[in-house]
Amino acid sequence: MKYTYYPGCSLKGTGRAYEESLLAVFHALEVELEELDDWNCCGATTYMSYDEVQSYALAARNLSLAKKTGRDLMAPCAACYLGLHKTQNYVRDYPWIGHIVEHALTAIGYSTDLSVRIRHPLDILLNDVGLPAIKAKVVHSLNGLEVATYYGCQLVRPYALFDNQREPTSMDRLLAACGATIVDYPLKTQCCAGSQKGTLPEVGLDRIQRLLAGALRVGAETIATVCPLCQFNLEAFQEQASNAHQFDLPVLYFTQLLAVAFGIPLKQAGLQRSFVSIEPVLAHREIAYV
Amino acid sequence: MELKRIVKFEAERDPAFARWITQNPGGERIRHCLQCGLCSASCPLSLWMDYTPRRLMHLSREGFKEEVLSSYTIWLCTSCYACAVECPKGIKVTDLMYALKARAIQEHFYPKRFAIPELAREFSRMILGWGRITESRLVMRVFFKTGLMRLIGFSYLGLRLLRTGRMRWAREKVSRQTEIIGLLQDVAATRKELAR
Amino acid sequence: MSDTRTPNSALKIGVYVCHCGSNIAGTVDVHAITEYAACLPDVAVAREYKYMCSDPGQELIRQDISAHGLNRIVVASCSPLMHEPTFRGALLKAGINPYLLQMVNIREHVSWVHTNKLEATAKAKDLVRAAVRRVRLHKPLEKRKVAINPNVLVVGGGIAGIHAALNIANSGKHVYLVERQPTIGGHMAYFDKTFPTLDCAACILTPKMTAVGSHPNITLWTYAEVAVVEGYVGNYKVKVRHKPRYILEELCIGCQECVEACVYKEGRWADEFNMGLSKRKPIYLPFPQAVPQKVLIDPDACIEFKSHKCKKTCVEVCGERRAIDFNQKQWFDEIEVGSIIVCTGFKTFDARRNVYYGYGRHKNVYTALEVERLINASGPSGGNIVLRDGTQPRMVGIIHCVGSRDHNTNRWCSKVCCMYSLKLAHLIRERTSAEVYNFYIDMRTPGKGYEEFYDRLLDEGVHFVRGRVAEVTDWPAHPSEEGKLIIRAEDTLAGFVRRIPVDMVVLSVGLEPQADARDVRRLLNISCSEEGWFLERHPKLAPVSTFTDGVFIAGACQGPKDIPDCVAQAGAAAAEAMALADAKYVELEPYTAHVLEESCSGCKTCLTICPYSAISFIQETKTARVNEVVCKGCGTCAATCPSASIQQNVFEDGEIFEEVEGLLAYA
Repeated sequence: MKYTYYPGCSLKGTGRAYEESLLAVFHALEVELEELDDWNCCGATTYMSYDEVQSYALAARNLSLAKKTGRDLMAPCAACYLGLHKTQNYVRDYPWIGHIVEHALTAIGYSTDLSVRIRHPLDILLNDVGLPAIKAKVVHSLNGLEVATYYGCQLVRPYALFDNQREPTSMDRLLAACGATIVDYPLKTQCCAGSQKGTLPEVGLDRIQRLLAGALRVGAETIATVCPLCQFNLEAFQEQASNAHQFDLPVLYFTQLLAVAFGIPLKQAGLQRSFVSIEPVLAHREIAYV
Repeated sequence: MELKRIVKFEAERDPAFARWITQNPGGERIRHCLQCGLCSASCPLSLWMDYTPRRLMHLSREGFKEEVLSSYTIWLCTSCYACAVECPKGIKVTDLMYALKARAIQEHFYPKRFAIPELAREFSRMILGWGRITESRLVMRVFFKTGLMRLIGFSYLGLRLLRTGRMRWAREKVSRQTEIIGLLQDVAATRKELAR
Repeated sequence: MSDTRTPNSALKIGVYVCHCGSNIAGTVDVHAITEYAACLPDVAVAREYKYMCSDPGQELIRQDISAHGLNRIVVASCSPLMHEPTFRGALLKAGINPYLLQMVNIREHVSWVHTNKLEATAKAKDLVRAAVRRVRLHKPLEKRKVAINPNVLVVGGGIAGIHAALNIANSGKHVYLVERQPTIGGHMAYFDKTFPTLDCAACILTPKMTAVGSHPNITLWTYAEVAVVEGYVGNYKVKVRHKPRYILEELCIGCQECVEACVYKEGRWADEFNMGLSKRKPIYLPFPQAVPQKVLIDPDACIEFKSHKCKKTCVEVCGERRAIDFNQKQWFDEIEVGSIIVCTGFKTFDARRNVYYGYGRHKNVYTALEVERLINASGPSGGNIVLRDGTQPRMVGIIHCVGSRDHNTNRWCSKVCCMYSLKLAHLIRERTSAEVYNFYIDMRTPGKGYEEFYDRLLDEGVHFVRGRVAEVTDWPAHPSEEGKLIIRAEDTLAGFVRRIPVDMVVLSVGLEPQADARDVRRLLNISCSEEGWFLERHPKLAPVSTFTDGVFIAGACQGPKDIPDCVAQAGAAAAEAMALADAKYVELEPYTAHVLEESCSGCKTCLTICPYSAISFIQETKTARVNEVVCKGCGTCAATCPSASIQQNVFEDGEIFEEVEGLLAYA
């Protein structure tokens, strides 16, 4: 199994640990990943706010490049995943957008075939690799670790291609296969407010606080995320968000939890980059780690 | 008691704005909006908005451009798509919020040094220059533009990011940047054509 | 008038061209057409007249027929949909077969759609020429008379079925009422009170139910389903399957001692009538006022069916009556009826589909029907509105439009939910003095007395919040919300989002077609609309008939509606069924197809293609045969037959070709 890998800008910056753990896990599962050569920023939500059509053109360049590789394209960042899909759909559904984008691609000598299959690692792990293969790789069971799986928005809305839109369970099933206990977290698809913590701090903090308090309320020991911005929001402001309750909750990428279960050294999975260390929780749960 | 006389004359409406919103992708069904309020109710940020998403939809389709583009609503939207998914009439509210935001940025409908449009502008500049975003540099530029004082507040977080290796200064870039520039230039040209 | 008969022709065609005032004459040169027609072969008479459809006009035709011995008539005037029957009638009165007529539409097809007189006249001439060529091949045809069986089958024993059955039975005709549940009553039996009068539902329903049960002209079959329907209008053969109750209905007197005596001292299985809010035993009476008053046994619950080792205290206590029979099997009855009235009703929207409302997740979220049972005095809580823990709610939220007016679930408005939500608000307030909040989008109260009912509610202190609810959550954002269910909606009239903590949430679920509507419609040979409701012949002018003659629909199965409308439709359907029966026979137009058995190869292509299942295969001759009574003359089989062995009356291949040749020939 081989996939073209689209990291996106965040996975090279604040979301570095996501890339590290992702590569380590896929390597352990013997799934080959090849980074898309000369990929450009997909535009994400910010460029869409600046100019929608330009952002479709930018994303389309990646799709055109990816199609040429002849393999499925994996986009771990939820915003990239959504942006790429949206581009594919809107170029097809709105002829005038299609015209502008295809004209631009042709102008720079690119093919206008954007029909590459865009996948998410959760989708690939569950449906291509399969739970039995994953279970077979588990050397240190997560021993009932209480995990709140947090999907956020853009992975399930508006396109829910491999999971239920309102009650997603893909991450749940994956982590349960590694021995984790998935808590019933009702806020699992509620928005973390994205970049608002930086631009409108009071608004951002309020959302983050609720999500953290919600996780604690249902007994989570850790939160598993799929989006670099969600992960950052939930872990970087826990002191600010604490009031009556002190938040000290490790927030990991789901790939990092998989890495722990697979016995991959913590450093390889980027766990030293967390602001709230997972190690005390692992120790408490008697989960061996390297 | 500061009295204000408010009556909206038809001459003040902007029919072109109303037409523009219906022609936007996602706005095809805006005439079907029943004003049920489900968008506002499912929006996590509606608590802070001066005009709830529902109100903004009606104001937009009626052509009240001033109110719409100067609202807080469009800046508060984090595009979580909850409204678009729940809307019983299939109106893609999120797409319309993007369009309104973009229009407000283009037409400078925001207070000076407001972080969100500045972020959008810097983001686009960085793409035009390098094709990819280097987060640390982007954040710095936005701070310079919107208030250096905020940088101080950010410093603690900044140090933590540095320590954990999550703040990288090396410029992320595309090797064939001319393609990016060419792409964006062509888009602009085609649109000019279509506008004629 | 000239005589240009072809040699040896016995044909004498009369052509009549109408002015229709200035409707036709204004754009078409009628005189020129008449002169032209007179010169066509075999035309004996050609006339023009101002209003052919009038009495003098028709008299003209009649006189010519007797004076000149005309045996084919062409009338060039308006659309046949307007006056074909009129002119056919004229031919009949004059003593020749009405099907020897061909009409030419020179009004809707010529004068009304063209402006150039020269071109229009030329077109009209072409059409007349074509008609004259065609009509020579017309054959005399007879309408078919089919006798109507006066018996009626009513499928479904809800209020609509009950009303229809009583109406027909009272007129002296025999009705078979087949109901799938073990008792009649339908959804109305679940209600406590009905809007807007707040009449007790059972009080107004049960007398009608009893009347059905004891009416000499009604054969009531409950716990039975229609299995097979064959035949055609006036002559339906229906097979009804009776499901086994394991009770001999004729012997059971409904004393319920068996239920008392059952080895299970308490109920353990969800009581369907109380929407699962209470439990029943394996042997049970559906509800106290059930008609027929007979118990039944649930074979999935009863021990005897699983182990065959039960003490059978029920049998013991039944004693000499011996009404219980564990060996009962399903059985069939075959009946013959002339018409069928379908009153199969609706089902409610499954609230679990709206995940954010928390039905099934939060225990104090109820559907409207469940709350009806709570309110009802013979319900699971004796008429006390209580939460799952038995306490009374102090704050109740009623959410309108659950599942309705939403392109994600059902697009339509279910018509009754606003009214029943108001009714529930009133009843809840009356019984518990709780604060009640109704969350609505539009308040739909169009019926007689409905707006006044809403007025009454407005006086009672119920809170009305105009806003579609986004979610029901137990996640508090404020200390006052602890332990409550919080409803989040935008109060659109006020312009901000509100969070309202309540103890109990009531979901006003919408109405949907029954789950098996599409199977039932195939059974009865009728259609469904896109949404799944049975399709009426015309939404305004024929709401209770279908495109299948002899099958009528009434009540909620045709579309969501309230009880008054169900009863009105049931009465209407009954009237139509009675009209059919009293007409004693029905006349069918002879536009039917028939198989030329000599050339039929027995390929059976036509059998599956017929949308009305009118063609059958005769084993002895290995050919197809069209049932001319069921055939609707759509022509599909005639077009499909690979060996052209199917011809359709009035549209035979020869006739059509002549018409085409006539159009294409130069004058």
